[in-house]
Amino acid sequence: MKHQGIGARVPRKEDARFLHGRGQYVSDIILPGQSEVAFLRSPAAHAVLRGIAKPRGLESVVFTAADLAGIQPITAQCTVPGYKVSVQDPLARGKVRYAGELIAMAVAPSRAVAEDIAEQIVLDLDELPALVDAHAARATTTRIHEEWEDNLFLILNYDNGFEEHASKASVVVEREVSMARQAMVPLEGKAIVADWDFRADQLIVYTSTQVPHVIRIGLAQSLGLEEGRIRVIAPDVGGGFGYKCVLQPEEICVAWLALTYKRPFRYVEDRREHLIAGANSRQHHYRLRAHADERGRLLALDAEVTVDGGAYSNWPFTVALEPGQATGNLPGPYDIKGYRCKTYCVATNKPGFLPYRGVARTSVCFAIELLMDAIARKVGREPWEVRRENLVTAQAMPYINVTRKHYDSGDYPKSLDTVRREIDLDLWRARQLRSEPDGRRIGIGFASYCEQSAHGTSVFAAWGLPLIPGYDQATVRLVADGSLEVRVGVHSHGQGMETTLAQIAHEVLGTDIANIRVIHGDTGMTPFSTGTYASRSIVMAGGAVAKSCEALIPRLLAIGSHLMQCASNTVQYMPGRVVGPQSSVSVREIAQAWYRQPQLLPPDVDVNGLEATIGYKPQVDTGAFSYASHAAVVAVDVDMGSVEILDYVIAEDCGRMVNPMVVDGQTMGGAAQGIGTALFEESPYDVNGQPLASTFMDYLLPGPTEVPKFRIYHTETLSPYTAFGIKGMGEGGAIAPPAVLFNAVNDALRGLNVEVSETPLTPRRLLAAIERASAQRAPASVRSARE
Amino acid sequence: MKASAFDYVRPPDLAGVLDMLRQFSGAKLIAGGQSLLPLLNLRLARPTLLIDIGRTEALRAIEDRGTHVRIGAAVTHAELEDCLIPDCPMLRTVAGGIAYRAIRNRGTVGGSLAHADPAADWPLAMAALGATVVVEGKAGHRRLPADGFMLGAFQTRLEEDELVVAVDVPKLSPDARYGYYKFCRKTGEFPEASAAAVFDPFSRTARLYLGALSGPPQPLHDLAATIARQGLAAIADVAIADAVDRVAAGDSIERRMRCAAVTRALKEVFAE
Repeated sequence: MKHQGIGARVPRKEDARFLHGRGQYVSDIILPGQSEVAFLRSPAAHAVLRGIAKPRGLESVVFTAADLAGIQPITAQCTVPGYKVSVQDPLARGKVRYAGELIAMAVAPSRAVAEDIAEQIVLDLDELPALVDAHAARATTTRIHEEWEDNLFLILNYDNGFEEHASKASVVVEREVSMARQAMVPLEGKAIVADWDFRADQLIVYTSTQVPHVIRIGLAQSLGLEEGRIRVIAPDVGGGFGYKCVLQPEEICVAWLALTYKRPFRYVEDRREHLIAGANSRQHHYRLRAHADERGRLLALDAEVTVDGGAYSNWPFTVALEPGQATGNLPGPYDIKGYRCKTYCVATNKPGFLPYRGVARTSVCFAIELLMDAIARKVGREPWEVRRENLVTAQAMPYINVTRKHYDSGDYPKSLDTVRREIDLDLWRARQLRSEPDGRRIGIGFASYCEQSAHGTSVFAAWGLPLIPGYDQATVRLVADGSLEVRVGVHSHGQGMETTLAQIAHEVLGTDIANIRVIHGDTGMTPFSTGTYASRSIVMAGGAVAKSCEALIPRLLAIGSHLMQCASNTVQYMPGRVVGPQSSVSVREIAQAWYRQPQLLPPDVDVNGLEATIGYKPQVDTGAFSYASHAAVVAVDVDMGSVEILDYVIAEDCGRMVNPMVVDGQTMGGAAQGIGTALFEESPYDVNGQPLASTFMDYLLPGPTEVPKFRIYHTETLSPYTAFGIKGMGEGGAIAPPAVLFNAVNDALRGLNVEVSETPLTPRRLLAAIERASAQRAPASVRSARE
Repeated sequence: MKASAFDYVRPPDLAGVLDMLRQFSGAKLIAGGQSLLPLLNLRLARPTLLIDIGRTEALRAIEDRGTHVRIGAAVTHAELEDCLIPDCPMLRTVAGGIAYRAIRNRGTVGGSLAHADPAADWPLAMAALGATVVVEGKAGHRRLPADGFMLGAFQTRLEEDELVVAVDVPKLSPDARYGYYKFCRKTGEFPEASAAAVFDPFSRTARLYLGALSGPPQPLHDLAATIARQGLAAIADVAIADAVDRVAAGDSIERRMRCAAVTRALKEVFAE
């Protein structure tokens, strides 16, 4: 048998159905008698909802908050001091707080007719001033949530040795950087089919989610229904990225219809709805002040962070997650002794902030990495050199950083050295000295980060969230023909876990992965898990699969030795077999005995049989830290303001790789999204809070010609705390690209004194920066002549 | 995002199309649908009737007419990309750069001209090529110069009951040179700036147009004439900037991009 266990580049088992177009997504589920749901969404960003007039004759197929009797609003608690709870009714009640908020739903045999009905609903709205800018929203007397004394979800203050270390600094560098709001844009948006199963006496909710068990808890609370009477099924999911890790108001509404009418209803989010109501991530603003020595060693960092939190906090992770992660992760992979940070999470009239792949780290990496380059320019050294001297060293591991995060293992400088070598910095530096025939300017950029993955109970409990991850369980069952069923409560939607979890089971039991079925995405068929988010699943579910498989081995040995009539201490487990002194029996023969010939079993056989459910969490649950350095070369067209990526190198380390091909795929996908954040994606608003990018005409995504061929290099520094030393890595690719590309552009334009620091880098932003710089350079006489 | 209700017909021939167009004032023609379908789905367009001309034979031909080539209105961008018309090489260049192949497979030349998106390729290219738009309607047959066919954004000289049936593209001499440059934020997007130039010493043609403006493409005739006389090397950047300023208002960034587009189109013309 070819190597199939941990570390093998086996093709993904799930790809056959995906590549042949045979995946089954919620939209592929069509139940007899199914009705379609269309939502009427708020046209205003901020308004008092005075009345809703249903179209005459259609009252029975139109639903508003008044109809949804007994539904609990979405309220997410969190014990961080000063955090304010928002109350979000699934359908707006009394007030709307962002353009795109759900107000009413219409039901019809087809979506087109449902939309016909929805557009006949007449709203009586009293518009209020829209709070579009987070800084302005802090200052105004207009309130998004009337019962609040201001528009702040929370303020975080952190200080660890700032004054002491800042006082030793001889160099001060100040910068402001910001990231635009954007949507996550999974291929598949939200999608829900809900039905009532009379036989099971259960509400069946098919939903495109990362967290089916969490949605079951959430729906039970919202609908006031016993949990056992809800089954949540997440079939194939066309991308999550964090968009689908929270309870969605649409899920509550469609589930309520099925519960109330005891028949199937379906809702599928369209792209326009997604781009309007899903503009919910990345928007941070940073004021930074670095206190460094003359070599560029960063001694102390002072930061003011503003997160544009949108209108509502989500359940269960809350909007507090984002400012918390920003405050805690801003120091990045660096050995910084003094750190002070004040973070404001501001309510605005936009969709509520959700944790997008990278969760704050894309923004903090952007902030600290642009600052690192600015320090290098200030002290006149190469950015990679300054970066390298500031990185936590391998010798310092495990390292407790300035925000008391426990970096478990790694060689951060080595990853930076790798990308510097592979991008061939010296070659490009030489080429920069010559001018390009096409007039473009070449720049090279670097960025490093570390990524907390699979952080568990202690981290989330510190936030006092409504739902805290604990042990993840897996159920493994050897069936009569010797094949293996693996059941997990996490969900795989692009992570390849139908393959990688099988590889882990294979590693322990030796079963051919072709004969291992990984079952996930159904609360009726899998053990509980809080689901797939925070780069946790391969560590948590992977560990649980290993533990469960290991639990079967003594049972197999006991039955096997009995079948061979030899003493149990003379046998051992080999892949797929129990081997005795003279002979061996296969797992299949043992399974046959358990299921079909029980008269052959030993009298003291373990009555739990060939099935085990074991929970797992790492010994230290503060997270396994993956890390990477990225380097890129860009060519900047200073007439058009465009940026072409000429080369892109990634050196990453996520501990033991279960399947390097899956790691590559995750890294490439994430990096493509990072390029989107850097150069293309933006959800702008006008002063009235109206979204200005509601189709792909206006909301640009990187396409195949904008995403370079990433050259990826791996090292494997094991985590001391996790099974097999595995670290999570699902988010990493998306973290560094904005930082590395902006650093590359700034490198290209340093001769023009241009520094860009606001995503996405549109031609207009880039050219505006060039023009500002040239106006500053121009002598006063020329300047006045121009003006 | 589903269209509101509409009726759909596919008349057997051009006469049938013209009949339907005459009878139903709320009707809209559809060929490739690459602009219309999104507008329908967004419910920004709500025609009561769609008249499908995508398969109307009379609109599907490419014919050599001696001095010019006649391109049927329902010829797709992909068809022009895939065939080389010897005396009109620019058609292939332009067609191959429109949006993505999937769009080119359906989108049509006539549809692009009639839709009149200021950033679209064909209004600019056809103006630079000195093409003539052939239209049919109640009043009969009309021939309209491509330059001037677009009146403004999404507005043309077409009457309610008229449709574009073809576009006549003059043949170029073997000595002719052309340049076509557009700057798009990414592959497949509409451009931020675009320019087209056609220089044919045989017919003493010197045409230079600036596209992707708020309205129709604008000619830079004087600049083109000067370049034809003196060569590109004699032209200062400021002359290009002045020519651009005369035809298009815009901020300094728009101006910068437009000047670069014109310069690059001209460089293509005069590239060795």
